[in-house]
Amino acid sequence: MVAEIGHMALVLAFCVAIVQSILPWVGARKNEARLMEFGDRAAIGQFLLITFAFFALTVVFLESDFSVKLAASHSHSNKPLLYKISGVWGNHEGSILLWVLMMAGYGAMVPFLGKTLPAGLKARAIAVQGLLGVGFLAFILFTSNPFERLNPIPMDGNGLNPMLQDPGLAFHPPFLYLGYVGFSLPFSFAVAALLEGRVDAVWAKWLRPWVLIAWSFLTIGIALGSFWAYYELGWGGWWMWDPVENVSFMPWLAGTALLHSILVLGTRHSMANWTVLLAITTFALSLIGTFVVRSGILVSVHAFAVDPERGVFLLLLLGLATGGALTLYALRSHTLRDPASLSATSRDGALILNNLLLIAATTTVFLGTFYPLLIDAFMGAKISVGAPYFDLTFAPIMCLLILFMGIGPMLKWRQDNLTRLKWPIIIAGLSLLLIAALTFLIGKSVLGAIAMGLAAWLAVGTLITIGRKTKWSWMGLKAQPAATWGFVGAHLGLAIFAAAVTSMTVWAKTDIGTLRPGDHLKIDHYTFTLKNIGNGERENYQYFGGNVSVTKDGRDIATLATERRFYPVRNMITTEAGLKLSFGHTLFASIGEGDPESGFVVQVYKHPFVVWIWLGALLMALSGFISLADRRLRRPAPTPHSSLAATANLVVTE
Amino acid sequence: MSLRSLIPLFTFLALVIALAIGLTRDPRILPSELIEKPFPDFTLDNLDDTTKLDTNIFKGRVSLVNIFGSWCASCTVEHPLLMQVSQHPDIQMVGIDWRDERPKAKRWLTQYGNPYDTIIFDPDSRLIVNLGVVGAPETFIVDQSGAIRYKHVGVITSKDWNKNLRPIIESLLEVQP
Repeated sequence: MVAEIGHMALVLAFCVAIVQSILPWVGARKNEARLMEFGDRAAIGQFLLITFAFFALTVVFLESDFSVKLAASHSHSNKPLLYKISGVWGNHEGSILLWVLMMAGYGAMVPFLGKTLPAGLKARAIAVQGLLGVGFLAFILFTSNPFERLNPIPMDGNGLNPMLQDPGLAFHPPFLYLGYVGFSLPFSFAVAALLEGRVDAVWAKWLRPWVLIAWSFLTIGIALGSFWAYYELGWGGWWMWDPVENVSFMPWLAGTALLHSILVLGTRHSMANWTVLLAITTFALSLIGTFVVRSGILVSVHAFAVDPERGVFLLLLLGLATGGALTLYALRSHTLRDPASLSATSRDGALILNNLLLIAATTTVFLGTFYPLLIDAFMGAKISVGAPYFDLTFAPIMCLLILFMGIGPMLKWRQDNLTRLKWPIIIAGLSLLLIAALTFLIGKSVLGAIAMGLAAWLAVGTLITIGRKTKWSWMGLKAQPAATWGFVGAHLGLAIFAAAVTSMTVWAKTDIGTLRPGDHLKIDHYTFTLKNIGNGERENYQYFGGNVSVTKDGRDIATLATERRFYPVRNMITTEAGLKLSFGHTLFASIGEGDPESGFVVQVYKHPFVVWIWLGALLMALSGFISLADRRLRRPAPTPHSSLAATANLVVTE
Repeated sequence: MSLRSLIPLFTFLALVIALAIGLTRDPRILPSELIEKPFPDFTLDNLDDTTKLDTNIFKGRVSLVNIFGSWCASCTVEHPLLMQVSQHPDIQMVGIDWRDERPKAKRWLTQYGNPYDTIIFDPDSRLIVNLGVVGAPETFIVDQSGAIRYKHVGVITSKDWNKNLRPIIESLLEVQP
């Protein structure tokens, strides 16, 4: 019964979304306030209905109602509670429902937080958001109905893939989707702006927090995914350049570009055209990511079940949404003219450079991910590019980006010259050389030295920027707006991230051996000794495992519990690595095959500063949220006069 | 409307067409031109670097050719199944160690166990490209005459094994003289 009610709610949400995509738009054309206001209610209604459906599905999972096909194939009655809940989105149907729920959630925020927006713009944006809802709800109802019944009812469920039974994975998709889907608002507002033929500073200032929110969530989502892969897959890597990782990374890169270009638009009223295109591109990349993961077009660890029908439907959605928006862009973008050209040595110029580099990086990742596919589609040959390609092409672009990030923020808007920044450049440059030299002496690696030097350059450059902004005084520091702290945190976060990635790439060490209890392995100062071996049974798996005690120069510092688990329901074995996270050297041990007689295969790792990879990413995400607190973002609507001044020659010639 | 503003649209349309073509190709199915054809020619070292291997290894035996690498996370998932299959006396287990380094691969095999009778070392994707492999793991069934009879992309689950691979192998073993 619950399943049927949930299904009904989804059908109703679909109907509401159809109305939401038509009435406000008609209202905006005819300038009828009542029709436009209806869009507000529809957006909220659609969200409430989908929320209801999502709760219904959660109840189905909690009750272990195996007459529902989805629960039967992805849940099991003796699964722990957390994974019964996370099992709701641990599969294709449930996760796409979560996706739509979040999209409707963002749409429902517009009526509440968009009161200061011009009515026409808001109504059109809500209509576009509604249209996206129509597409995805149709996708759910016609190809991926989560409430489908099963007959006969099985005795018990199939269980959730044990790899996914992990707290990290319970939270990774929701954050990722909050990010992905968050970019639907910039998309809707970009399309609405093209329809209106008007993009101005008000538009940019209202939209920027949403870009920030989506970007921050996406950052957290990607970082969580990486952390999960690190400790769950137990092979000591934190990023694999797997196609599915790449498709989540591309919207992040494009979103980062958008974050900066919308800043230029909000402050300098230029780059309107480009910002609109970026907003469309970013969401298009999110859609492409969804398509890739769910169509089975790429074979990957992450891929959901292959289903050609779904693939065609999603490609159609992608084509209609992005193709429609880009057609509109082609027809209307000439109306968004930018004011006079910019000087290259200015903050505007630096931000354009930032955008170019980020787009180059996005393109690089895009080509690496899709090149094999394109070659296959057009020439029938199958080839493969792997991590070496990305190391060779992506890393240099990032180095260049960091080089410009160090000084870009010090430049003034409009026009500046580098001689004014002679000293900051010299100081940051000296710290680059100093750190590089030190790193080379200690770490004996040229690449490591260059990369560490660049990280230092970025950190020092960022600190000098905030120092100059505050005129090196405590009072000045306190007077800084939240956005400044956001900038400082995010850029420092990237410096930390870059340094950690470097140390992990260059100085990680590992050893492996067949150990009997009492035997040991050594990495530098650390001695890893295999202690007691044990086996047994817990909740829904059997395990055997051992404790590996670690001593450093004779001192006990950690005991790493590692085990192999066997899940009978899925007939799968997983390895749980024993891990001691530390701000310095993270130690890592995983146990493999073996028996007490001849010994067990044990692999141990020393990963210097690896946790700073995720802490750096977290700092970036946090900085995004801090920026939201900026009062300037919540300033009341500008007076008609200033709004007119802020509009950059954006009159539509109809 | 300027021509420049059409660039994004056309780029995107090209992409959609490519994706649409890609969608018609199931990446898990071997291009038909390879089925029933002899295994592509190759001369490569074995993992221990003690001898050169070529297609003669397939003569007279039913072989399960499995592509793996120590960097391949999902290979560990199907590994227990391969270990079980390797118990079968009449199946020759051939591993292709792809894009790997010798010490890493050996460590990996000591950790998880070595199901292979023969291991071809292919660090530069020479054989892999001719096989049309898109990623590891992938598995081929090669018959006694050295012809490819089946290809499986991705992890072999026990369901895949029982439904698809085992029947083919059993039928091939039956015709053995």
